[in-house]
Amino acid sequence: MSFLKIKNLSVDYQMRKETVYAAKNVNIEVNKGEILGLVGESGSGKSTVGNAIINLIDEPGKVSGGSIILGDLNIHENSESIIKYRGNKIGLIFQDPQTSLNPILTVGDQLIETIQTHLNLSKEEAKNKSINLLKEVGIKDAEKRFNNYPHQFSGGMRQRVVISLALCCEPELLIADEPTTALDVSIQSQILDLIKKLTKERNLAVILITHDMGVIAETANRVAVMKSGNLVEIGETKKILTTPQQSYTKSLVSSVPPTNKKISRFVIVEKESKNKENNIKILNRWTKKEITKQDLVQVKNLNKSFDDNFFTENSKNSVLAVNNVSFEIKEGESFGLVGESGSGKSTIAKMIVNLFKPSSGDIFFDSTCITKIKNRSELMKFRKQIQMIFQDPYSSLNGRLKVKDIISEPITLHNPSISNSDLNNYVYDLLDSVEMTQKSADRYPHEFSGGQRQRISIARALATQPRLLVCDEPTSALDVSIQAQILNLLKDLQEQLNLTILFISHDLPVVRQMCDRIGVLKDGKLCEVSNTEDLFSNPNHEYTKELLHLMPKIESIYN
Amino acid sequence: MDNNLNLTRWERIKDSDIYHSFIKSPTAIISSAILFIIFFCSFFIEFLTPYTPFDPSSLSLMDAFTPPSWTEDGLAQFILGTDGQGRDMLSTILYGCRISLIVGFAAIIFSLILGVGLGLTAGYFGGKYEMVVMRLTDVQLTVPSILMALLVDGIARGLISREMHDEMAIYVLIFAIGISEWPQFARVSRAATLVEKNKDYVSASTIIGVSNIVIMFKHILPNIMRPVLVIGTIGLALAILAESTLSFLGVGVPPTTPSLGTLIRLGNDFLFSGEWWITFFPAIFLVILAFSINLLGDWMRDTLNPKLKK
Repeated sequence: MSFLKIKNLSVDYQMRKETVYAAKNVNIEVNKGEILGLVGESGSGKSTVGNAIINLIDEPGKVSGGSIILGDLNIHENSESIIKYRGNKIGLIFQDPQTSLNPILTVGDQLIETIQTHLNLSKEEAKNKSINLLKEVGIKDAEKRFNNYPHQFSGGMRQRVVISLALCCEPELLIADEPTTALDVSIQSQILDLIKKLTKERNLAVILITHDMGVIAETANRVAVMKSGNLVEIGETKKILTTPQQSYTKSLVSSVPPTNKKISRFVIVEKESKNKENNIKILNRWTKKEITKQDLVQVKNLNKSFDDNFFTENSKNSVLAVNNVSFEIKEGESFGLVGESGSGKSTIAKMIVNLFKPSSGDIFFDSTCITKIKNRSELMKFRKQIQMIFQDPYSSLNGRLKVKDIISEPITLHNPSISNSDLNNYVYDLLDSVEMTQKSADRYPHEFSGGQRQRISIARALATQPRLLVCDEPTSALDVSIQAQILNLLKDLQEQLNLTILFISHDLPVVRQMCDRIGVLKDGKLCEVSNTEDLFSNPNHEYTKELLHLMPKIESIYN
Repeated sequence: MDNNLNLTRWERIKDSDIYHSFIKSPTAIISSAILFIIFFCSFFIEFLTPYTPFDPSSLSLMDAFTPPSWTEDGLAQFILGTDGQGRDMLSTILYGCRISLIVGFAAIIFSLILGVGLGLTAGYFGGKYEMVVMRLTDVQLTVPSILMALLVDGIARGLISREMHDEMAIYVLIFAIGISEWPQFARVSRAATLVEKNKDYVSASTIIGVSNIVIMFKHILPNIMRPVLVIGTIGLALAILAESTLSFLGVGVPPTTPSLGTLIRLGNDFLFSGEWWITFFPAIFLVILAFSINLLGDWMRDTLNPKLKK
């Protein structure tokens, strides 16, 4: 007898132009002591199902059909029963620990408040209970930390506090909505271990909502796959991940970058792209460089500090974001920079593309020091050769310009004499090369999805025929199947155009697929640089070993 | 999405969220209808009325102090009555309204260009230049705008000869109001620029090699226009009120080409002798005008601000 039964759940959003079905006839059962992973890409309705259970669907959405039965009670029969159950029998963990705690109350006050709302306990009893809870979720010095404010905790610790809040009224069902997405990989594994431990000890039923197949493989007992509001497949995690039945699940699994080997291309199940050779139309415009295997980029003793105060320019408080970093990138290779948030990887990228000046140290491009160029026309020569692709496809395109104008801006800037028809052809060729239709030229960026925007961004970067392409987390804002397509595209472009790529990411499996050599960054320092295969099979630095050990592996399901 | 391309401009407007929110808001519809009528009547007043209030030969003192038409002594041809020189109040008000609107619009455009120019460059370049500009706005904001306008007017009177002054009065007024309203635009556009300049599309243009001027005016400016236009609409009401206040105080446009404020001042002398309509109707007209613009501005702010969207 399963503990939570969701029967034929449907959720509609009545919009002005159409009705969006966020969930259609979803049937899910969860047992006590088990973790059910709910996976899907953005917009698949996975969070909607979670929110429907606690009746937190935002206007104008509403539950239009079906029932949710917890234990032996239909919790949607009247709205009062759900208020009693929410927080009491059902605990919740949100994605962002920064915003799910009230910053002006101490952690203790928030725990006591929640406990006293639901349980009939005195203040003293509630305090004892909360300290025990904090201990249970692994917070050291719980008695002292009890009186701290949320900002005094680190991200991972804060997520532990959120978990203790969710547990404080002895819930039997725990809903975790992307609980580790905002966290670094080392903290992610601790939090997942904690959730696993609590599930066992407290005999909880857990719904773990995530887009990360690695997380699912490592934690969930069973998995439910959702796509555009429909439940595609549900079953044992191992069975679903190794022998998926539905084509959608197959493509989802095949798009996940494997952590244990390097593959040449991702298999795109749904739409196999057409004949590749015809696609790279810009090839004949390209002045192809011979691959000389010489150093294209040399970074020497690079330092960057940020002074955030106007009046104390030389104070000791300044943060050293990049600390004495040196590496080289050879012409034609892909060099990866890996690190957790705050490790300085994006700062290095911005210095290479000349958005910031380094505090000290030099960057050489093609044996010329580009950090000391003052002359504008001199700088333009290098601007042309170094281009960048950004993380967030929503802010990297100016929403007020048509796609055509976005892509032609770099062309006309570096070649003002280009004729109108030639310009149009070039724009179309570029769009073709990133597998977009010519029609897209006359549209505005907001009409496109994240993946398509990223393609436009790539087309813009290619317009000046660069030699070096700096990719700053180009796929981390994208769904996994879109990520696979974009990575395939980058690989094809690199191969055919002899591009040199600096690939920056926090995602080790992705870096493994893309890069020839990898540098590992921690707190602004470069820990080690080595060939990709060596790094993964035989890491030298302690930190690299730790990172590799902790990264969630989809292959762990085979063990 | 495909069929979106084939829509005409009008169909696109009809499809937009702004149009939809407009249709659903009675306040927006009523206030913009009132504004349309006022704008239309005051700019085409020559064709709508047989009276020319500023041509002394067409006036007859016999008609002076006629009360509104619905009162006992009223005459049907003077709907809102006449003033001390026998001018028809309704057409005088509409002529005056035109002056008020012209001054208001010109002043707001002047301060918009000045304020957005300074705010955009300050936000973009930062550093010492930004500090100087922003401290300047702080100083400007500590001086009450009426005082500022009186100061400008006083200086202008000292510099320009008496005959010239009546001609120049309207330009002095525009400058005086404009110079006291720009800090708002500077602050809003600087804040918006600070947000926009950190977005990746600005970085992308920098990396391509686009110059600062082009980035500012082609890329950032269109993206900060929404909040600026909202401030501008509400500022328009303030500018019209400021014009009326100054004219009421006697330092605005001269009585030969009266604006709404001048009319209120002139009528004020007759208020206690019983001819209330001479000051009452221009005043109520001013209230309706400013109120409608403010309501429209409020609606625009609510609609264009994505944070307030449901």
